[in-house]
Amino acid sequence: MIAVVKYDAGNVRSVLNALDRAGARDVVLTSDPDLLRSASKVILPGVGEASTALDSLRKEGLDSIIPTLENPVLGICIGLQLLCRESEEGNVRGMGVFPACVRRFVPDGEIKVPHMGWNSLTSLEGPLFDGIDDGTYFYFVHSYRADICDCTAAVCDHGGPFSAALCRGNFYGVQFHPEKSGGAGEKVIKNFLGL
Amino acid sequence: MVAKRIIPCLDVTGGRTVKGINFVGLRDAGDPVDLGRKYARDGADELVFLDISATVEERATFSALVERIAREIDIPFTVGGGISSLEAAGKLLEAGADKVSVNSAAVHDPGLIDGIARHFGSQFVTVAIDARVVDGKWVVTTHGGRKMTGRELFEWAHEAQERGAGEILFTSMDHDGTRNGYPCETYAALADLLSIPVIASGGAGSVEDIARVLTEGKADAALAASIFHYNEIPVPVLKRGLRGMNINVRL
Repeated sequence: MIAVVKYDAGNVRSVLNALDRAGARDVVLTSDPDLLRSASKVILPGVGEASTALDSLRKEGLDSIIPTLENPVLGICIGLQLLCRESEEGNVRGMGVFPACVRRFVPDGEIKVPHMGWNSLTSLEGPLFDGIDDGTYFYFVHSYRADICDCTAAVCDHGGPFSAALCRGNFYGVQFHPEKSGGAGEKVIKNFLGL
Repeated sequence: MVAKRIIPCLDVTGGRTVKGINFVGLRDAGDPVDLGRKYARDGADELVFLDISATVEERATFSALVERIAREIDIPFTVGGGISSLEAAGKLLEAGADKVSVNSAAVHDPGLIDGIARHFGSQFVTVAIDARVVDGKWVVTTHGGRKMTGRELFEWAHEAQERGAGEILFTSMDHDGTRNGYPCETYAALADLLSIPVIASGGAGSVEDIARVLTEGKADAALAASIFHYNEIPVPVLKRGLRGMNINVRL
């Protein structure tokens, strides 16, 4: 069973659709801690704003349960950011799985904020990127980004390098949207499902 | 660096893709999902589905279509056409749209932009602006360019950004359909003024036109319809051409 964490974090339809396209069956949308613990994989999606999303996780008590999970966990976009140590957005402490800070992009003449569109990844590491070449493009939509740290598993550049993916033990995070990144995104999802 | 985006736009009514020729003689160009999937495979970066329905019956088919698009297409898509309330935007989000574009309704009720941005995030709201030059000034128009408003392009685009728009889609009604290229100086001025992405639309007749608006015009993306629908410039040909001119596109 694949568990997608149910909380107030915007629309999860596209993640469910992508799991379906990737051939995943037995997908449940749940905030039940027992189901999250017993699932073979857990996906923490999220679009929107970090502090609201974290408040919603707290309400369900999930902010203390998720970091203790032992099955593979994948945070997507805000999901990745919530797994970090802290975020400037709403000035919140995250779940602290990844030792990175999340900061806002600073718009200048060169870069636009939000960082919206397809950007290429370098320094790919770990099983999520099996069969994916350096320089492959993925789709991003975000205004905040995680610093580079020793858990960085892919680097992207938008006015400076940031963590496009993070990996620590059984925890994975991607800042891009694999569910919207065409064939390359589907490959990442399948790699995660195959862990 | 983030790549310049190429965005085919599909006009939809009654569940079918159409391409109007000067608002007369609509030509059926097929199933929107099939066409969208083909564009995605060809390397389109995003898709726009524009609901041009004239009747309630035609409009009713649109949200079911949006659900189908979301299930079957694996790149981002925007839906637009007649979205005039927060509720309508919310329904499209639930159906699986990645963004909505608002145009005339936002001119009449600018608070619509704030509402959508606050509830669903700035990334969900594209503000489309149609404008034409009148007495040396860019005047915002609505209803497909037929109605003049009292708004000026730059002032309105900036206000839309401040209200929470995630990007601006600007069409020059003086260039739309002409195939003579884009008003690049105007696009560049808009891009300099704004901190959010600018999408160029209307006027492309060649790969060079699109290259110019993405470089001199400083646009972040180019949207087009007929050059793709009638296979005059297929997406892969366009993207390889742009890459050949050292423009950063995803291949």
